Amino acid sequence: MEVFLDILVAVLLILGCLMSLIAGIGLLTFPDMLTRMHAATKPQVLGFLLIFIGLAIHLRSWAVIPVLALAWGMQLLTAPVSAHMIGRSGYRTKHAAKDSLYADELKLVVDKVSSMPATGVIEVPEEEKK
Amino acid sequence: MIEIVMWICGIMLGLASIACVIRVAKGPSILDRVLALDVMLLIISVALCLEMIYNKHTDFLLFVVAACTLGFIGSVTVSRYVSDQRNA
Repeated sequence: MEVFLDILVAVLLILGCLMSLIAGIGLLTFPDMLTRMHAATKPQVLGFLLIFIGLAIHLRSWAVIPVLALAWGMQLLTAPVSAHMIGRSGYRTKHAAKDSLYADELKLVVDKVSSMPATGVIEVPEEEKK
Repeated sequence: MIEIVMWICGIMLGLASIACVIRVAKGPSILDRVLALDVMLLIISVALCLEMIYNKHTDFLLFVVAACTLGFIGSVTVSRYVSDQRNA
């Protein structure tokens, strides 16, 4: 049983670290910002899950599981938030390569907002205020 | 056996963080750099987990929780203030 658990921990750890390596390789080799964002923010959650399960099994303790579940849940909640904000400001500031997109549904909304008549004062568009 | 696993994981994490550093140095925009630093923080958290596994203690658990909880604030803040100054 002990040997089986040790092997399980080893496999989980190696897979979890492999997720980090995949994120690094993706960051290094993907061509533009949106694909890099995909590579950077996707493997975090699965990698952390594998590492945390490995940690809990290796420590043979039930007491760390709520803490690890909290950490993983926070990761699950906050990874999409940062990805959304980065993608949003990348789209607005022309950092994202829009030539490579097949479909651009946000373009309609952004064009509509930016073609509104100027009123002399510097006016923040409605969705920028949030 | 845990020694071998630690070596493999350490080498993988080291390569990943080298890739992040290269992206921070190269990155064409500030958003790429913020993204790479975000991944770097996660790699450090994973390395702390590995250290806890190797030495069988739980001292760094709080830091891992804090990094998972607060790590996104940096990238959100930076990307909130990245704007196209010419159109402002």
